[in-house]
Amino acid sequence: MPEIKDVTSPAQADVERWTQETLDPVLKKRSERASKFQSVSLDEVNRLYTPTDISDINFEHDVAFPGEFPYTRGIHPTGYRGKLWTMRQFAGFGTPEETNARFKYLTRQGQTGLSVAYDLPTLMGYDADSPLSEGEVGKCGVAVSSLADMEVLFDGIPLEQVTVSQTINAPASVLLAMYLVVAEKQGADWRKISGTLQNDILKEYIAQKEWIYPIRPAMKLVIDTFEFCTRHVPRYNPISASGYHIREAGATAMQELAFTLRDAIEYVEWGVRAGLDVDEFVPRISFFFNAHNDFFEEIAKYRAARRIWARTMRERFNAKDPRSLQMRFHTQTAGVSLTVQQPLNNIVRVAIQALAGVLGGTNSLHTDAYDEALALPTDRAALIALRTQQIIAEETGVAHTIDPLGGSYFVEALTKKMEDGALDYFAKIDAMGGMVEAVEKGFPQREIQESAYQYQKAVERGEQTIVGVNKYQMDEETSQISILVIDEGVRDRQVERLQQTRDRRDQGAVTNALEKLKRAAIAGDNTMPATIEAVRQYATLGEVCSALRDVYGVYEEPAF
Amino acid sequence: MERKIRVLVAKPGLDGHDRGAKIIARALRDAGMEVIYTGLRQTPEMIAAAALQEDVDAVGVSILSGAHNTLCPRIISLLREKGMDDCLVVVGGIVPQEDIARLKEQGVAEIFLPGTSTEDIVKFLHENVRPRT
Repeated sequence: MPEIKDVTSPAQADVERWTQETLDPVLKKRSERASKFQSVSLDEVNRLYTPTDISDINFEHDVAFPGEFPYTRGIHPTGYRGKLWTMRQFAGFGTPEETNARFKYLTRQGQTGLSVAYDLPTLMGYDADSPLSEGEVGKCGVAVSSLADMEVLFDGIPLEQVTVSQTINAPASVLLAMYLVVAEKQGADWRKISGTLQNDILKEYIAQKEWIYPIRPAMKLVIDTFEFCTRHVPRYNPISASGYHIREAGATAMQELAFTLRDAIEYVEWGVRAGLDVDEFVPRISFFFNAHNDFFEEIAKYRAARRIWARTMRERFNAKDPRSLQMRFHTQTAGVSLTVQQPLNNIVRVAIQALAGVLGGTNSLHTDAYDEALALPTDRAALIALRTQQIIAEETGVAHTIDPLGGSYFVEALTKKMEDGALDYFAKIDAMGGMVEAVEKGFPQREIQESAYQYQKAVERGEQTIVGVNKYQMDEETSQISILVIDEGVRDRQVERLQQTRDRRDQGAVTNALEKLKRAAIAGDNTMPATIEAVRQYATLGEVCSALRDVYGVYEEPAF
Repeated sequence: MERKIRVLVAKPGLDGHDRGAKIIARALRDAGMEVIYTGLRQTPEMIAAAALQEDVDAVGVSILSGAHNTLCPRIISLLREKGMDDCLVVVGGIVPQEDIARLKEQGVAEIFLPGTSTEDIVKFLHENVRPRT
């Protein structure tokens, strides 16, 4: 490996000279603001970074050029000069009609991709009329109980042209099936449609906790979607390995990086074991990361993520297709960082977090709305969030050059630190037998809980500042903004449509389709064809999930 | 010796965001209270039954999903049906300003919004749990 010799680099001796001659006299006169400076992940940050901090980093091997291995500087040789990131705002509330209108509104305002937020009953595989759904229908997202709802949700939205991301996990195969049938009814070619299914069930057991079945059958359902999409929907991303929720649950940046990538490795291993060829399905694995407050830590995390993925796919899985090595990821600003207090401050937080995502080379971005610590966003708040991205993209000039922070002593050192930390976690998890086993043991869950608690304590000790919460507090500032209220009538309207759907469908065909699905599940066959047939007959989400619950059972979380 | 305050930390509804509930459970334990955490997705009936069985002084309900107007009144009325009139019910999570007064009228002792320190919650419980003989 060629050594880089930078003639201008001060060696360690020069750093020591600076310390003695220039720094120490100043420190003697006045100490610094704190004895220790920490990132939002409680990781210590040094006073200064110099070439001595990156002496183990080799430009050609570790940093290289955009569009080339190991892709630290991005997967596109033209960065954002060729194409800006996709501006994809996550939206969903109330009825499918209301969400359809929001999608069209955001598209008119210049948004370039759609992203569906489903409500809690949908995420858990319950219909709107289930007793468990009471009080929750349409509250945290849009309510979808059957194909009839899905048809309304995408009415007038051409699925062959628009890329749609769906945040759905435990019942992901069912919602994918509904989506494909709606596309088919629009006359779209499955081979041309593109979009992303979140479908990352491991992070549900780790962090988000919207599960249905036990871990192993749930993993089998994920692999079913890989197989099916590889053969029939080749431009669709059947999974988005998601660190977002892991971070929101309290993980550090490094833990988010490590657990997300190790989850993705687990899916690749399961796919290979199911007989899929790495280069056939890995190019369609996408990723989803958080953009939290600590600016440089986040940028380093994204750069490290691309490098680790490229190296892992090449070294561990012997992937050959460059697309298997190129990590594509979506970023969302950190919901957990938004405050109820002085909510307009959130606009500033979101802008800075989004900037970190952009400087880290994200392929697509959601910016949170300032009112999201209070409720789902209003039209006005959602618009400002979108405008924030447009300002970053088109006013600041940061998209003019590729990876502008590459070569920064601090950013390169931090990128390396992130990578090393993630690889240590990989070794621990491999030693446990893999991520499924680690999750069954509660390992990532406990690591995250511990980090969340330590962060809370740091906030309460005042070591981490949250403006408006533990510093610069004011009274009575929250009631000044208007928020979106979802009325209880949403449930009535959804239950009514569900009833009509049940009355109009061919009940015999539904029963047969559900029986066929159960037989496929019992036999260990791919469940996608039978799932598609069932939803085409207007079997409801709750009915399909209930059929699979009969076969697979349900997950009970152990006490960790 | 003074009896330790017993608290049930409960997570009703379909939501899985348990970061807050788990931090509170640990903070109350660190403050010397006895804490029982219900786990996720407990119905109001299960929560009231657990409160009775565990003979708790307070129930801390964590809700971030917007379902508080449906779930909280039901938990309170079930507790009263079981004769647990002295059991303090507090709520933590995302509750719009407009709903706070109504929940208090219905019997919620306090609502802790995002950003509340765990110390304030510990203090509130110490000051408001009724001493038992």
